[in-house]
Amino acid sequence: MIALENVSKRYPGGFEALNQVSLRIARGEMAFLTGHSGAGKSTLLKLIMLMERPNQGQVIVGGQNLNRIPKRQIPYYRRHVGVVFQNHHLLFDRTVFDNVALPLSIAGVSPRDIGRRVRAALDKVGLLKKERLYPIALSGGEQQRVGIARAIVNKPPLLLADEPTGNLDPELSADIMKLFEQLNQVGVTMLIASHDLALISHMRHRVIRLEQGRLLAGDHHAA
Amino acid sequence: MRPERQGASRTKPAKRVKRAEPSASGATAGVELAAVQTYLHHHRRVARDSLLRLLRTPWASLMTWAVIAIALALPATLFLMLANVEQLSQNWSSSPRITLYLDLRVETAEAHRLQEAIRKKAQVESVTYISPEQALEEFKAFSGLAEAIEYLDQNPLPPVLIVTPATNLMSAAQVEALQRELAAQPGVARAQLDMDWVKRLYSLMELVSRAVLALGGLLAAAVLLVIGNTIRLAIESRREEIVVIKLVGGTDGFVRRPFLYTGLWYGLGGGILAWLLVFFWLLWLSGPVQELTRLYALDFQLAGLGVESTLTLLGTSMLLGWCGAWLAVRRHLDEIEPQ
Repeated sequence: MIALENVSKRYPGGFEALNQVSLRIARGEMAFLTGHSGAGKSTLLKLIMLMERPNQGQVIVGGQNLNRIPKRQIPYYRRHVGVVFQNHHLLFDRTVFDNVALPLSIAGVSPRDIGRRVRAALDKVGLLKKERLYPIALSGGEQQRVGIARAIVNKPPLLLADEPTGNLDPELSADIMKLFEQLNQVGVTMLIASHDLALISHMRHRVIRLEQGRLLAGDHHAA
Repeated sequence: MRPERQGASRTKPAKRVKRAEPSASGATAGVELAAVQTYLHHHRRVARDSLLRLLRTPWASLMTWAVIAIALALPATLFLMLANVEQLSQNWSSSPRITLYLDLRVETAEAHRLQEAIRKKAQVESVTYISPEQALEEFKAFSGLAEAIEYLDQNPLPPVLIVTPATNLMSAAQVEALQRELAAQPGVARAQLDMDWVKRLYSLMELVSRAVLALGGLLAAAVLLVIGNTIRLAIESRREEIVVIKLVGGTDGFVRRPFLYTGLWYGLGGGILAWLLVFFWLLWLSGPVQELTRLYALDFQLAGLGVESTLTLLGTSMLLGWCGAWLAVRRHLDEIEPQ
């Protein structure tokens, strides 16, 4: 599903965020990406969603070489990649329903189908009854679930998450991870960046470690 | 991901064709129609949302509308004034007179014969004969040089025919053609057309209309800048939303659309307000203008904002709004990228 081949990313100013990283994630896999802040986790996710371009190497997602996607085509590519953010990037001037509906109205889905699909996504994250509320009225965990509903409403084959539990207490974090596992069971490929090692070690999934822009040997499945 | 999707969509229509060939094109047409409907629905919604957004901050929006209205009302009133003056001058220039100075040697009887001959022409309404004696008397009365003139041996003034062209000779060119024809008559020394002042008026108006055009251009640029700046602030205040839209796959067109509609609404609101300003200005002037036309016994109606000029005003203001927004969007949207 995802293949990185000798990818390097240097930011203007000389900071080397990724250095010769090669990596494969299979279709239907669920993998965690860990490392200290500044190790290159966010940069790797940004490359996969084309917020940044590598200075060297190739990123291939779903068989498509991202280097060959021109700037104009980026929006259409992003519609097939769901993303969950640490600060969830919700819009506070519109309802939960409208937040989740945003990717669909962007993709030109008809209003009738939007209603059906938004409710299906909200049902999956357990927030069906809160569609009329504004995000400000929700708890932190619920806001993150709205963010997840928005990321999956398009039914993307790939879901990325950048520190999705960074602002949540352990119990809520575990709930969110359970939700991710459920999504993975229906076939969504998942790549989750997190430095919450305690939480990750509880789960039996592949862990990819980054340190100072390099992939650490011993990419392994947590015992 | 795309290749597999494309593969999937390629197999589907193929199946459909196999199953029922005639309905295949109908089905695609139906799908296309639905897509168009969804697209139009989206446009309507964006248009409505951006209008509601303006109305949610009524004072700020009203200020912008007022600035646009004043900038548009000024050239609009000047253009209207010009149009009125033009109409007025057409009324006056339709009754010019041609003065024929005859040769000094022409006798009275011969002058009368010429008068008759000219009167018979189709392009001529009437001809008046002024003998040298009459002319001298008038000159004495008006000039105050009566005593000096007494010393003259003979009358230096020529006999004169004053020709009034027929009222159906409207254009200046036709009147000038008549003037040339009369000048060629035997016995006529000079034919003078009293239209110089009309020409002067026209060239003055040409000058003024160019000045108004230049002023209008400057004010249109001011409207562009005002709307551009307002949209820039709107973009700034919706930065977060733009970032999110770009992250979940919104195209540049999708991001631009609400701002372009906002510009259109600013333009339309400013145009309507400008129309009202001009309307009340005309109402305020109509009393004195009627009094003036009555005193001068003129057949003149103050031209107001007709359907055509109203549409021009509103169309121009909406176009300016859209262009202003477009400039701002073009300049600032690219700067906002998800970090």
